[in-house]
Amino acid sequence: MEIIMAIIVGSLYAAGVYMIRRRSLVKLIIGLALLGHASNMLIFSMGELVRGNPPLIPEGFTAPIAPFADPLPQALILTAIVIGFGAQAFAIVLIKRVYQRVGTDDMDQLIATDK
Amino acid sequence: MIPIDFLLLLPILVPFLTGIFAVLSWHQRQLQRVVSLIGSILLLGVAVLLFGQIYRFGPQAVQIGGWDAPFGITIYADLLTVIMLMLAALMGLVVGLYSLANIDEGRQRLGFYPLYQILLMGVCGSFLAGDIFNLYVWFEVMLIASFVLLALGSEKRQLEGAIKYVTLNLMASAVFLAAAGILYGVAGSLNMADLALRLQNAPVGVVTTLSMMFLVAFGIKAALFPLFSWLPSAYHTPPTAVSAIFAGLLTKVGVYAIIRVFTLMFVQDQMYTHTILLVLAALTMVTGVLGAASQNHYRRILSFHITSQIGYMVMGLALFTPLALAGAIFYIIHHIIVKTNLFLISGITEWVSGSYELKKLGGLYVRLPLLAGLFLISAFSLAGIPPLSGFWAKFTLIKAGLEVHSYFIVAVALGVSLLTLYSMTKIWTQAYWKKQPEEWERPFPPRDSGWVIRFAPVMLLAACTVAIGLGAEFVLSVSMQAAEQLLNPSLYVETVLGTIVGGLP
Repeated sequence: MEIIMAIIVGSLYAAGVYMIRRRSLVKLIIGLALLGHASNMLIFSMGELVRGNPPLIPEGFTAPIAPFADPLPQALILTAIVIGFGAQAFAIVLIKRVYQRVGTDDMDQLIATDK
Repeated sequence: MIPIDFLLLLPILVPFLTGIFAVLSWHQRQLQRVVSLIGSILLLGVAVLLFGQIYRFGPQAVQIGGWDAPFGITIYADLLTVIMLMLAALMGLVVGLYSLANIDEGRQRLGFYPLYQILLMGVCGSFLAGDIFNLYVWFEVMLIASFVLLALGSEKRQLEGAIKYVTLNLMASAVFLAAAGILYGVAGSLNMADLALRLQNAPVGVVTTLSMMFLVAFGIKAALFPLFSWLPSAYHTPPTAVSAIFAGLLTKVGVYAIIRVFTLMFVQDQMYTHTILLVLAALTMVTGVLGAASQNHYRRILSFHITSQIGYMVMGLALFTPLALAGAIFYIIHHIIVKTNLFLISGITEWVSGSYELKKLGGLYVRLPLLAGLFLISAFSLAGIPPLSGFWAKFTLIKAGLEVHSYFIVAVALGVSLLTLYSMTKIWTQAYWKKQPEEWERPFPPRDSGWVIRFAPVMLLAACTVAIGLGAEFVLSVSMQAAEQLLNPSLYVETVLGTIVGGLP
């Protein structure tokens, strides 16, 4: 299972970097979204992939019985997804405004700030 | 008397509540301006109170909701934190005052003031966070607010700058998030105090790799070489008040985070990590100052100088002696005040002359000697002319460099300082000394309250620069104490894990 996760995370990073390297603004945003997903999956696989056992403490015990799923990475990912969602929503509106204002989605044309 | 554990939360709560009140008074612009100003004054009051408490009683920590560290959310403040908080609050107040005149009505209607307060909340939260993931969240709060502030108004150049700023900062966030995830996988905790303990037993190679991931994430935000390209592309596009608060605070949050993790958590392999920091510091100084030397646009020159100055702060961290760290802290204090002031001055210059292009400016020494004088104070301070604040900051750093025989970095720092003087002289001759080309001449704006609102913050900050220069001994002794607290990680660990402050048992 870990090996599959590793391949998925690696592919997501590769795809994200590839998309960011493209010139189109839309692809840039897709690339950023993929990078975010890759990081989330990475955190997920950090919590050791365990099947079945919820992290609940049975009656009469003081700690959950191992092996159990670590809930913390999932809580982290939830937070990260929400934040990533907000940031991506803003980025999408931003590229729409840029397209309306500048009239291109080619990043090589966005050179007004560097002149 | 406010209990300390509540006082620690106030730097976050005050801007948050001010932001909410500003949203509630959305349609009453006048009320919104008053609310924002009152909130900024309160924040400064809280920060000063907190400084007094921490200065007297040492570092304090608070566990939110009574969940003991390392399980709950920790808020931690030591001397460095409160110094940063005080500076952030001071900048929040003066730039907030300046923005009353500088931000046009359209931008105010689109929610400038609520966003401004949320930005301050994010900055204060980042300084207080005692938990890596919490730090990530505060970074994002600050970033989202800064994204919108940067793009607010939708001018063409602003939008183009915003694209570059947003892209690189989102990438930094992805790296930060991945690093936090791996850190949790390696150490099993995200509380910084707990991590400081646990990472001592972790394999050094893994910890060093992680430290480099954090360096990349924070380095993008702090605009370190070679990750700074977004800064000169974005900082000169928004209205002056926005670029002034960005220039003063945002990159320094990145520097603060670097200083925090590299003094508390990643101290295992200092030969490796701190050498890299030293090389990066030298390259950041040199590339920044050379970039500035090639520019002829007032705010772009200043933007490149932010990068160059970040190098000095990282140099202090990289040398890693008490005096060097004190120098870095002194430098941060000096830099935030002076750099914000220079941006505000550039805004006034543009306001009265109609341009940021140096070739279109001129003659202000004759027409507006007060402004020229204020520029000279700040510019000389930036370049490090005694007795202004910049001199003592550089002097401390260079003395620290000589003490550990790092002659190369000292030579670089002195050379860069000379080139800074060159850039400042360029602005001086072009914008203030030479005669303005006739086709660009135009009458001054009418004498109204706009003059007072614009000049008061600049004069206040210039006075701060002079005061720090004249009272350097006190500032340096506070910086020394802050540096000693930083170099003693067990103090942090004991404060967070050892004692339970407030809340339920």
